[in-house]
Formats: sequence, structure tokens, C-alpha cells
Amino acid sequence: MLNRFMQMRLRDLIILAVILFALPLFLNNPFHYDLATQMAIIAATVVGLNLLVGFAGQISLGHAGFFGLGAYFTGIMTSNYGWSSVPALVVGAILVGIVAWIVGRPILRLKGHYLSMATLAVGFIIAIILNNERALTGGPDGMPVPAFTVFGWELSPFGSYNLLGMELNGSEAWYLFAAVVLLVAVWLAQNLIDSPIGRALRSVHGSEVAARVVGVDTARYKSLVFVVSAIYASAMGSLYAHFQGFITPAVAGFDFSILFITMVVLGGMGSTMGVILGAVVLKLLPQVLADFQELETVMFGAILMLTMIFMPKGLLPTIQTAVGKRMKKKAGGQA
Amino acid sequence: MLKTILRRTGKFAAIAAAGLVMSAQAAEPIKIGSFLSVTGPASFLGDPELKTLEMYVEKINEEGGVLGRQLELIHYDDVGNASNARNFASRLIRSDRVDIIVGGSTTGATMAAVPLVEQAKIPFISLAGAVVITTPVKEWVFKTPQSDRMAAERILTDMKDRGITKIGLISGTGGFGSSGRTQTLEVAEKMGIEVLADVTYSGSDTDMTAQLTNIRNTDGVEAVLNFGFGQGPAIVTRNYDQLGMELPFYQSHGVASDSFLELAGDSAEGLRLPASPLLVPDSLPDDDPQKKVVQDYKAEYEARWDSKVSTFGAYAYDGLMLAVQAIEAAGSTDKEAVREALENIQGYVGVTGVFNMSPEDHNGLDADSFRILEVQNGEWKLIN
Repeated sequence: MLNRFMQMRLRDLIILAVILFALPLFLNNPFHYDLATQMAIIAATVVGLNLLVGFAGQISLGHAGFFGLGAYFTGIMTSNYGWSSVPALVVGAILVGIVAWIVGRPILRLKGHYLSMATLAVGFIIAIILNNERALTGGPDGMPVPAFTVFGWELSPFGSYNLLGMELNGSEAWYLFAAVVLLVAVWLAQNLIDSPIGRALRSVHGSEVAARVVGVDTARYKSLVFVVSAIYASAMGSLYAHFQGFITPAVAGFDFSILFITMVVLGGMGSTMGVILGAVVLKLLPQVLADFQELETVMFGAILMLTMIFMPKGLLPTIQTAVGKRMKKKAGGQA
Repeated sequence: MLKTILRRTGKFAAIAAAGLVMSAQAAEPIKIGSFLSVTGPASFLGDPELKTLEMYVEKINEEGGVLGRQLELIHYDDVGNASNARNFASRLIRSDRVDIIVGGSTTGATMAAVPLVEQAKIPFISLAGAVVITTPVKEWVFKTPQSDRMAAERILTDMKDRGITKIGLISGTGGFGSSGRTQTLEVAEKMGIEVLADVTYSGSDTDMTAQLTNIRNTDGVEAVLNFGFGQGPAIVTRNYDQLGMELPFYQSHGVASDSFLELAGDSAEGLRLPASPLLVPDSLPDDDPQKKVVQDYKAEYEARWDSKVSTFGAYAYDGLMLAVQAIEAAGSTDKEAVREALENIQGYVGVTGVFNMSPEDHNGLDADSFRILEVQNGEWKLIN
């Protein structure tokens, strides 16, 4: 029974859903919900990035650029032009997808460090544009973003809501919303991974030459997954902007890009659950370490370094292997 | 038997009574929350601000606290990142449940926290400069630094006094420079000063000769103003000297520090800028009400930290003192009462200036709180 469950295709998704919906039992103030909501949104972004990094083996150091574009498109359209949130999110995601496709075609021909450099540059250029187009984006000082609205119904972190007879405050409502978004993001990603596209991508990761020999159109698949991950980033950027209520060009900045890629690497490249864990750990650490004041940065760096030295495959895959080994030993001992 | 019971009850009663008295004496501390950019690119703001807050909270506590209660400073480092600032503001409000927030080193960090603060209805004194923070007035948000608009007004007034009506403007493209540029253009139009040349440079530029040559070649320019931050203005100043430009030259309050003098060296000779009196504490006239406050702050800060005092630390000093004064006036930490008290503070003499708050003005300073200084023989000289 347990074994069969462990082999189910949707196993991870079910585990994640249980964790997400059980989590409110341990959250006891709006600040915790606040953090959990951000984690879910960031985790969904990283799940998208993982498709590119973990499965297709391409590095993007500019993903915050797409995240920021989505955030700003939403911010500008909803506050200056009175658009509703959903069309802004969708149109933003489509536009970002087109941008990603246009820049992706040429730069995905590059490999290794060159590819990293090119994506880095794309991120930088987007950040510079957001910084300088003061009239539209408010420049380096940022701009406010109104609450998330669907057909006049508003989801604000400060409102209060009623769901199936349960009284929810705004933070809790946002958390549930973000949790559902994360589940959908994971479900879509899992489906993509298990489809022929996913297999093609893994073949690209394994060996591009071999993939081409067996007839995989590597260029097409590479730009496809680049576009998909950019769309993930853009959509999540839009939600993030609504949730935060205020954005600055830092959301498109280099630091943020590095944070994303670190989450993927730390959590475990190619493991959807792993990168979610990576996002949670990296979002949580600064808050946990905040009490150490000056030592915060040192400890943050030390933790990252030790993890990478002793768990080079990332947190979750390493834990899984360790647990798997132990279980096998146990089984062997009994037999 | 009965005796023992009686004795025990007596003891118990005594302990309980003592406990009650104790708990009444050790009243809850007043929690002052703060998020500052102590590390990262804006650390030159956050570092002196934090030092100032720590030092004066200590001092106030030694002197018996506020309303008989001790102050407790809870602070986080936002690393100059607006979304961190927002998270820490959320933590301060919702998890630490502070009574008032004094913080927000940069405009971005402040503005990111504003929606939360307004919603949670908690008094917030920002330490960042841009005019958007208190214009339009937000019910719960106050700030201590003068806005860039006042700096522009002060500079342009000084120019007018010297009979200058046509200027060239060179500004940085960073947050400070571009906001300053917008304000300068607006104020200039109001005051009837023509901006004949308007050029910009980016933060990483290492030579601004081209932009300055452009201004020099513009006919009719009578003075040059540089609005910028960091090392850009120092380079502009050096280039200005190298080009042998003789026109009166102005810098903004963004570079009003001793380290700017070191960077710019001899080429800064003769330039003017609006600044906090903190740069020239001893040359203030004796009848200046700020003189003593400024001298004391400088002496205390430099004795405690063994480093040069900075105007940014002074913003935190004023923020903390305004908070303390408001809590004392309100007689409690009731948020609405403190907010109202803050709004009604009149004539508080701070290091940055004399504050006169009102429901329409949550900054409370006017352009005169800037002093115009001129560099003479490598030192700041008070002009007016």
C-alpha cells in the first residue's frame, strides 16, 4: 500500500498539498502568513526556473529580469491604466514569453559560461530600463501596486474574507491563494516533465549532440523551455507585485536572479520538491538569522558553503538518497 | 498545625504582594522598531543611523526611560533592499508588536513599508529624503530629513540672491539625482530661473568632461548645479576644475560630508552647497537655537563611536527624539494619541532643523533649515 503510494505519479503533489494545507496549524500571526505567501510565490517561480536549469541543463542568471517585467507590467497596467489583475497578468506573461523567445533563440546557441553571461546581460538590461524609465516605473524609488482584483472582487492582504463559513483575514486568504497557485505550478511542471517534451529536455541535458543524433530539435526545445520558465517568472512576478503592494527595480536585479538560481542549486537541480525546499530555506534563513546581527551574512554564507560542500546534489536529493539507503539496509537486515 | 498554616498563608500573601509590586514597577518597555540599511550599498546611511539610535536609546534608559518605562530598540538590517524592508516592517508590526517605527534609510525601503504601516495604523518616522514620502500627506507617516525639493529651493534662492537666473544642470541617474533633477526643474520654473542645459550621467561613469563641455558651450549659462550622490559629484567637481570653468558651481546636500572634501580635493574650492549645520557646528552664531543641540550631538557621537559624525545619523537622532517627545506628550503609547502628538509637535529643535509639524506637513522643516556652505581653503565655511 505504502509502496504503491510511493510510486504514484502524483505522489509529490499530494505530499506538497498536505504540507501546504496543514501549515496554517503552525502559523500564529499574520507575519508568518506573510512569509509563507512569499515563499509559495517564489517557490513557484523557482519551479519554473528549474525546468530550464534542472531538466534542460541551461543556466539563466537573469531570471529576475522576467520576474521584474511581469511585476512592473502588472503594476503599470493596474495602477495607471485601470486594468484588472488577471488580464494584466496574462498579457504580461504573453509579452514576457515573446521577449524570452526573441532573446532566447540567439542566446541559447551559446553554451556554458557564455550562456550564463548572455542571460546575465538580459537581466541587467531589463533592470536598467526599469530604473531609468522614471515616468512609467517611478525609477529607483519604485512604484505602488493596487490589490489583486478579479471582476471587482479584491484580494488584499488587509481585507477579511469568508470561505465556506470560515473567517479568514487577508494574510490567510493570500496564503491559501498562493498555496493553490504553487500546487498548480507544480502540477503543470510535473506534466511537462513527464511528457515527450520533458524527455527531450532531459536528453538535451544529457548530451546535446546525442539528442540531435536521435532527432530531437534541440534549439526548439531549449527556447521552448526558456519561454515557459520566463512565463512562470512573469506570472509570479505579477502576483508578487500585488501581494507586496510596492515594487522597486530590485525585483528585477542581479541579486534576485542569483537568489533564484541559488534556490535551485541548493534545493537540488532537477527535483521539483527540492527546489521548493531550497526556496523555503533561503527565504527563511535571513529571518532566522536576523537576531545574530553582524554575524548574519557570515552565517548565511557558511551555511550555503557547507551545504554545497557536503551536499553537492542539493538538499532534498541528498536526504532522499540517505533515507533510501537506510531503508534498503533495514530491508536487507530483515531478509 | 493551625499556626503553620497561618504562617504559610502569610508568607504566600507576602510573596504574592511582592510579586504584584514588582510587576507594577517593571512596566513593559516601550518598543521602538527600526529597519535600516546597515550593510549593503546604502550602509553609509544605515550605519550612522543605527549607531545613533543605539547610543541614544541607551542614554535615555540610563536617565530613567520615557514615562518611567525603558525603551527597547528592535532593529533589522534590510541590506538596502525594499522587499526586505517590507518584510521586516511586517515583522516589527505583527510579530514584535512595536509601539512606533523609526527607520527606513532609503526612499524605496520607506515606500515599500508605507502600505503596511498605514494599514496597521502605527506611527512611522522615516529617515529617507524624497518628497513623495510625505507629499501627499499620509496619516501615519512622518519624516525627518529635508526633502530634495527644499534643497533645490535653497540652492536656487541663493543663486537668485547672487543675481543668477540662467543655469546649467547636471545630475546623476540614480534615485537621488533623478528625483533631485525633477524637483529642480519644477522649482526653477516657479522661481523664474531658466535651466538652459540639462545633462545626466550614470553612477558608474568615470568622466563627465563631455557633459560639462556641453554646458560650457551653452550660451548664457551663469551657474552650474550638480545633483548627485556618491562619487559622481566628486568626479564632476574635478572635471569642472580641469576644464577651467569659472562659473559659480553648486552641489546638492547629497555630498555634504567631509569625505566629499577629501575626494574632490582642491578642485572643490569655491563651490557652494546646502547642508545641515552639523558640518559647521562651531561657526554657527551663538543665538542660533540649534547650536547647542548640534554641538552636543557631534561631541557625544564622536566620543562614543570614535568615528566622524554624519548628517544621516542626525536624521535618526531627530527621529528618535521626536518619537520620545510625542510619547511623552501623549502620556502613553496609544498609537492614535502618539500620532496626534507627533502631528502637533511645534518648535522641536533638532540637529537637522527646527521642526514644526502640522496635519498638512509631516516633515515640519522649511528650506531655511539648510545652511549654504562654501568650500574655502579646503574647509566648509558658513555663508548664510
